[in-house]
Amino acid sequence: MSECCGPPQSCCCDAPPEYAYSPQLFVTGTVDTLAGPVERISTQLGASDKRGAVRVRLGIRRGDYRVRPALYAVGSPDDTSPVLVTCNYKLTFDVVRRELAGRDAWLLVLDTRGVNVWCAAGKGTFGTAEVVRMVRKVRLDQIVGHTRLVLPQLGATGVAGHEVRSRCGFSVNWGPVRASDLPIFLDAGMTATPEMRAVRFPLADRAKLVGVEMSVLWRRTSLVLLGLAAVIAIVLSQVAPEMLGRFGLTVLACILGVLAGAAVAPLLLPWVPGRAFSLKGALVGVAVVGGTVAVVTAGDVPLWDWGLVAIGTAIASYTAMNFTGSSTFTSPSGVDWEMRRAIPLQLAALTAGIALIVVSLIAG
Amino acid sequence: MSTPRYIKDVVTLRLDVEKCNGCALCTQVCPHAVFAMEERRARIADRDACMECGACAKNCAQGAISLSPGVGCAHAIIRQWLSGEEPRCDC
Repeated sequence: MSECCGPPQSCCCDAPPEYAYSPQLFVTGTVDTLAGPVERISTQLGASDKRGAVRVRLGIRRGDYRVRPALYAVGSPDDTSPVLVTCNYKLTFDVVRRELAGRDAWLLVLDTRGVNVWCAAGKGTFGTAEVVRMVRKVRLDQIVGHTRLVLPQLGATGVAGHEVRSRCGFSVNWGPVRASDLPIFLDAGMTATPEMRAVRFPLADRAKLVGVEMSVLWRRTSLVLLGLAAVIAIVLSQVAPEMLGRFGLTVLACILGVLAGAAVAPLLLPWVPGRAFSLKGALVGVAVVGGTVAVVTAGDVPLWDWGLVAIGTAIASYTAMNFTGSSTFTSPSGVDWEMRRAIPLQLAALTAGIALIVVSLIAG
Repeated sequence: MSTPRYIKDVVTLRLDVEKCNGCALCTQVCPHAVFAMEERRARIADRDACMECGACAKNCAQGAISLSPGVGCAHAIIRQWLSGEEPRCDC
């Protein structure tokens, strides 16, 4: 359910599959080289590029937003121009070529199955073998007279620079984390400041990931559950219409729990107390679900209300915990540590909540 | 915003200073400034910032860095618990 479960992991990939690629509207011509013609690409993003970016941010057909793996030319590069390496997720490719506006450079696009650099490096597709394969395939040694490659720093999870060098003769320069720092990096003679090497997790990035996270939730079990809730509501309206309000509030508490954990907690991440995401989610869940229930019912059925708060909090804690997969700083050891402690508590809160509602029903 | 913080004292990162040749690549590839150079050797300056991505170990030609890399993702770890397979994400 996550944007990316972070690096690293065992490689899940066999031989590169053959994909169909969309028409590459960004190609504006060709540049002749000793290894044959190389396609020249525009550094301007067009309307279709922007539409595509919005689409994948919403999680729609995110898996097939690919560029054909190849060597591309930016401007009028020659045998002294820098060679930059990137993945074939088109969102990344677009950001990189935009940052190269006004320059002459070579852009080597690896086949990462349309996955971004960091995730692909974790999977091993943005890896040593793929770098070596593409360097040989495009006959890079016939195109440039130097032996330097600039790789994005986040590719280092999958690429061992010293192995690339020993296997194909090209040495790896680690470029900045963010494409937006490429111009400064290149102008400074390929040196990066500590700031360029640091991964942050600012609000804007978290907001983009929340969009994807929510879209995935929307597609999966939630539609079935909402359908089920609608059926129960229709049945209730026939047999026990007086329960309809209660039932509606219960459904609302569950939805708010999901929103609290999957959207509110991630957005407020640095400001919510605690280090464990499950704790952050629980705190936001208590506030959002508890606050709403208190406002809506004004203490109408206390036992049931407490049950809803417990259930909503458990859901918020669980969904916030799942945001660890989208975050840029959670260690697997830490996630394991928090899960072993949080999941029993989440189950206990859920059980207690259901028990309270059952007791409330029996007590009438 | 400073480097975000996660659970303390849990990461598996280890550095064998004896093997370090001072190339400083670990300070370049680490996304959370975990390493610092001191007297031409690397040292772990900020262990709790480590997310166990494994970039340092992968790029240490001397084999001085070890860690058990994994997926820092609850969803993947749950699947691992249920299926017994290596954690994998669907990204």
